[in-house]
Amino acid sequence: MASYSTNEFRSGLKVLLDGDPCAILENEFVKPGKGQAFNRVKLRNLISNRVWERTFKSGDSLEAADVMDQDMEYLYTDGEFWHFMLTDGSFEQYPADANAVADVLKWLKEQDVYTVTLYNGTPLSVSPPNFVELEVVDTDPGMKGDTAQGGTKPATLSTGAVVNVPLFINIGEVLKVDTRSGEYVSRVKS
Amino acid sequence: MSSADDSADWRPSASLESLKSRAMQLAYVRGFFADRAVLEVETPVLARCGVTEPNLDSIGASLTAPPGWESVGGWLQTSPEYHMKRLLAAGSGPVFQVARAFRDGEWGGRHNPEFSLLEWYRPGFDDEQLMTEVADLVCGWLDLPRPRRLSYRRCFLDYAGLDPFTATRGELAARCEHWVGQSLASELDRDDCLDVLMSHEVEPALQSEPATFICHYPGSQAALARTSVKDGITIAHRFELYVQGVELCNGYWELTEVNEQRRRFAADNQRREHLGKPVMAPDRQLLAALASGLPACAGVALGLDRLLMLKLAKTRISEVVAFPIDRA
Repeated sequence: MASYSTNEFRSGLKVLLDGDPCAILENEFVKPGKGQAFNRVKLRNLISNRVWERTFKSGDSLEAADVMDQDMEYLYTDGEFWHFMLTDGSFEQYPADANAVADVLKWLKEQDVYTVTLYNGTPLSVSPPNFVELEVVDTDPGMKGDTAQGGTKPATLSTGAVVNVPLFINIGEVLKVDTRSGEYVSRVKS
Repeated sequence: MSSADDSADWRPSASLESLKSRAMQLAYVRGFFADRAVLEVETPVLARCGVTEPNLDSIGASLTAPPGWESVGGWLQTSPEYHMKRLLAAGSGPVFQVARAFRDGEWGGRHNPEFSLLEWYRPGFDDEQLMTEVADLVCGWLDLPRPRRLSYRRCFLDYAGLDPFTATRGELAARCEHWVGQSLASELDRDDCLDVLMSHEVEPALQSEPATFICHYPGSQAALARTSVKDGITIAHRFELYVQGVELCNGYWELTEVNEQRRRFAADNQRREHLGKPVMAPDRQLLAALASGLPACAGVALGLDRLLMLKLAKTRISEVVAFPIDRA
C-alpha cells in the first residue's frame, strides 16, 4: 500500500491513523529554533467523524487509506441495508448499512444520485447533493393572499424531513431544499 | 496544462505594498548598523562544508570541483555563521550581513527553504548586551515596547507547568503523548520532548504575551553558544526573541574554544548517525580560525521575512516573499 510523508500531507488526503481512515484537514510545519521539526496535523476520522489533532516528526509517513468517492443512484432499502448503484453504466451495486446512511436518510429519494464514500470497497458514508427536490406530504393548509414576507410554518416532506416553508405552500407541491442548511429554497414548477 | 494555469503561477505571492515595505526594511537595517559603525560584509552562499547541526539539513549543490576542494559537490549555507566567524578571527571587528540562507525540508506558514537572514557579530559583547541591541533594532522598526527577558526554565514553569531541567525523560514524554501519541512519545529523547512542548505549549501561549526574550537554554541545546553552570545546572548563553509567538532570532555568546567546538561537531555527527542522516564533514577552516583565535563576541541571526510579517501583520511568509518555493 502506498504511504505519504508529512511533506506530502495536504487537505483532502486520505490516510490510516491508529487503524482508522482519516481525511487530512490541515498540516502545519513547526520547528522551534534549532530543534526537531514537527508537523501538526488536523484530521477527520471518517468513521467517527471526529476531528483529531496529532503531531508527527517531519519526514514520518502514514499509510494511504483506500478511500474513494463515487457517484451512485439510490435504489431501495430492504430495512437492513440501503442499496446504491454506480452511475458509470456498470450497474454495480453496493449495500450501505444504517451507520453509513444515518446523516443522509432524511434526504434519501429513489433514483437520485448521491456521493458514496467507499472504504476498502464498502460504503462508509453517503452525502446528498447540495440541493434536493422533495414533495410535501403534510403541512397546514395554505392561505390565500399570503406572500413570501408572511412568515413560515413547518412542512413534512416525502422522506420525513421537516423544513420551514412559507405559508402559501400546499400538500403535494414539490420543493427545492438546500441539504447543507436544511432550508427551503423555492417551489419547483411541475 | 491550460493557459489559465500558466498565468496563475507567474505572479508574485506578495503584494507590491509588501515588497515596498521589504525595501524600506532593508534600508532601515543598513541605516541602523551604519549609525553604529558595524561593517556590512558578504560571504559565500555556496561552500565546501554544510553544517553538522542535527536538526538543520543543508541543501547540496553539484559543481565541477574547484581547485583545493577535496570533493565534488558543495553545500548551500544554512547561515553565514562559519564564514563570518572567520572574518572576526581575521580581525574584522563588528560585522553584519543580509544573507540568503537555505534549509532543506523547511516549508510551511512561517518557513521557506530559502530565506533572508540578518546576521551580526559584536566583539566584546555578551548575550545580555546583544539582547539589548536586538531590542533596539526590532522595537525601532516594529514600534514595540522593549521585550521582557525570561529564562527557558521560567517559560516552561509558567506556560507548560514543568521544570525542563529536573523533569525526567519519562515525565516529559508523558506530557508529549497528548500531542504526538504514545508510540512517537516513547521514542523521543529529552530534547525532542522539550521541542514538542516548546512548539505546542510555550509558543502558542506567547502569542498573547508581550515580546519575550527566552534565554539560558539547557546546556544540551547550546548549539554554538558557550555554557556556564548556574545554581547547579548547565545553561547555554543562547537566546531567542518571540514576538506574538513568532520566533524571530537566535543568538549566542559565542563559543570560542576550538577543542569544545571540535567535540560538538563530533557529538552532532553522532546524533545525525543515530537519526539516519548523512554525517557532515566538520568545517576545518572554521576550526583553524578558532585555533588562531576568535575574539570573545556575541552573534545573532534574525529572520527578516518574519520581521516583515510582524511589521505588516501577515500570517504567512508567502505574503512577504515575492516568489516562495512553490512559485520559484
